[in-house]
Amino acid sequence: MRPVTFPCQLPRRSPWRHLRPLLPTLGMFLATGLATTASATPFTPASDAQVLATVPARASDPAARELAALRLAWRQQPNDLDTALRLAERSFAQVGAEGDPRYVGQAQAVLQPWWTLADPPVAVRVLRAQLLQFDHQFDAALADLDAALAAQPDNGTAWAWRTAILMVQADYPKARQSCERLAALASPLIGAACLAQVDAVTGNAAQAAARLRGALDANPQADAAERLWSLTRLAENEERRGADAQAESAFRAALGLGLADVYLQAAYADFLLDRGRQAEVLTLLADGARADVLLLRLALAAQAAGSRDATRWRDALAARFDAARQRGDTSHRKEESRFVLALKGDTARALQLAQQNFAEQREPADARILLEAALAARQPDAAKPALDWMATNRVESVALQALVAKLKAAR
Amino acid sequence: MSRITQWVWNWFALTLAVAVALSAGPAQAHKPSDSYLAITLQNGQLRGQWDIALRDLDLAVGLDADGDGRITWGEVRAQHAAIAAYATARLQLQADGQPCTVAVGAQQVDEHTDGAYSVLPLALACTVAAPKALSLRYTLLADLDPQHRGLLNLTVDSASRSAILGPQAPQQSFTLASISRWQAFADYLQDGVWHIWIGFDHILFLLSLLLPAVGLWTRQRWQPVDRFSQAVVEVLRVVTAFTLAHSITLSLAVLGLVSLPSRVVESSIAASVVLAALNNVWPVFHGKRWMVAFAFGLLHGFGFASVLADLGLPQGALAVALVGFNVGVELGQLAIVVAFLPLAYALRRSWFYRRAVLVGGSLLIAVLAGVWLVERAFDLKLMPF
Repeated sequence: MRPVTFPCQLPRRSPWRHLRPLLPTLGMFLATGLATTASATPFTPASDAQVLATVPARASDPAARELAALRLAWRQQPNDLDTALRLAERSFAQVGAEGDPRYVGQAQAVLQPWWTLADPPVAVRVLRAQLLQFDHQFDAALADLDAALAAQPDNGTAWAWRTAILMVQADYPKARQSCERLAALASPLIGAACLAQVDAVTGNAAQAAARLRGALDANPQADAAERLWSLTRLAENEERRGADAQAESAFRAALGLGLADVYLQAAYADFLLDRGRQAEVLTLLADGARADVLLLRLALAAQAAGSRDATRWRDALAARFDAARQRGDTSHRKEESRFVLALKGDTARALQLAQQNFAEQREPADARILLEAALAARQPDAAKPALDWMATNRVESVALQALVAKLKAAR
Repeated sequence: MSRITQWVWNWFALTLAVAVALSAGPAQAHKPSDSYLAITLQNGQLRGQWDIALRDLDLAVGLDADGDGRITWGEVRAQHAAIAAYATARLQLQADGQPCTVAVGAQQVDEHTDGAYSVLPLALACTVAAPKALSLRYTLLADLDPQHRGLLNLTVDSASRSAILGPQAPQQSFTLASISRWQAFADYLQDGVWHIWIGFDHILFLLSLLLPAVGLWTRQRWQPVDRFSQAVVEVLRVVTAFTLAHSITLSLAVLGLVSLPSRVVESSIAASVVLAALNNVWPVFHGKRWMVAFAFGLLHGFGFASVLADLGLPQGALAVALVGFNVGVELGQLAIVVAFLPLAYALRRSWFYRRAVLVGGSLLIAVLAGVWLVERAFDLKLMPF
């Protein structure tokens, strides 16, 4: 039997110390109060025509139709590897486009016959690694990719994902090697963008930007997904270098490709938020903040703009973090830390989350929230891992350096 | 393109835009798939409610019949039997080892953070009356989404506990007896004891009031008491007054009748420790320490207001849990008193107690609490705890 305990959080600054005698009648009163507020009341809709939920429209949306067709084929032949791979890849692609984690589980389900095998087919391994990294199981994902690459050294996708994970883990020498292998297999643009993203955080930001811009100019025929990825890397690098105009035009070029990409939207929203352009964020995300990462930006923008939706979005976001906690999900610590810091003002909790996050992920955005939280909590020492990461790799970033200066002044 | 076709297209585009705008927004969020399963044992009878996302049911049994991307109540209603059959085939219950039958009543709809759910009332018929153990086998969506979880809330009488069901542990058992009120009570009692022991400011406040309790103020001088019972009575007065005061403001704060900013409360609590400690060196309130305990106890009670938000208490178990916690706090407090009082009584006449402990100790407490006061009032971090 699995031991089950009451969900009782450990105190941060022992807040329980003030919890003192309470009359049983009061307790009863509260029990009734909580029981009625904890969940909404079920209802019976008034009319059959009432729309309760929306899903991708098979009738009018070609992408939805394609997914439905793949799903049908898979149901008929769940053990056919090719069918399974096509559906799983298609499902996982939806995750990046919409930020909907349900598709991760659906992709995993499709790979079920091979999921627990120690030595599954290479294609399954590469996809399994992508799904594992989504769940922040980086080491397991790397193990899969390394095994896949041992069997198939020319698997470009595997090299690309390996690089991505190594970047998150801030293992730049290995990431660079990985890029070099990828460059030999992928298009010139991807190869250049891959190396540029490593150079950008290891003391060569200016050259990286120039080279990536050159590669984008030299490869106008590159497909939209490749341009999207490269332009996003360029925009982030330019932003960190303080080249706002260049960053802005790279962001706009990427958005102009018309591909749905949650990461890009979130990155551009952050760019705007940092520059006091919250009104533009409200417009950018007006028609879709279904993903938590986007709702966070929307809530931050609404607060900065003094919008009357600010409270509603903040509460919605709080409810989503609660829902994630209920299922034991801890993969959104970076976002939750920002949320807690900016919208709840709980500096101690924000710092704790930022520290846990930085232990797992070390990208500029992860360093930033750690520095901000350490500063807000007046605990400059807590920022040490981020400072070390910056110093070791000679990370260039206007925003990070400004925070470092503030931290030094606060000491 | 004719005018009419153009008009139809414009109209269509407009409706589409409105539909998209309406369907978007935070109401329908993206999150991993969860269902909410509540099972209640009351008066020996088991019943339940199971909320399953319409999106998940669309994947599993197909709800959007016309494929327009809009799941209507009519479409859901048409599939109620299929939903019930699908769900009940994926939830097996056993009470004391004997299988129970699961029947689904009239389904309704409810909203969770990621949109609409079908609400399935469950009638659970078991052969055993008042079962001692419940075993669940949960395989909902296991074949379609291994990341799916069933969030179980199991309530026995008014005590409840939660568990995460899913493919990671499809079969789980729960001892219904062990989640009695007593178990909840014992859990929170333990918490209560623990939290009083780690709440340094609270302990120091109490100690400041207790240090002079083995003596009496006569003619501006502190004189050791003659009898142990005198000390006990004084301690009893202080502790009771403190407890009572604390309960009052705690209740007011919890009921939302009074609320103070946490920084003000925390700072005031630190200030109360400073004042209580200094009162031992430069006495202002001589024999009326229970009044001090009462007055400052009111302040300490407010410290609880922010705590409730972090409580995360299961539904229905709050009364038991809080009473248990309360008793735990009192026991923890009692343990401090029991350790302190005989020792202080034995040493009360010594120079060590009268100067080093009563005066020196109080000054030390005042200094420490003074640092807390500065930390809390100006949101600084000066000490590692």
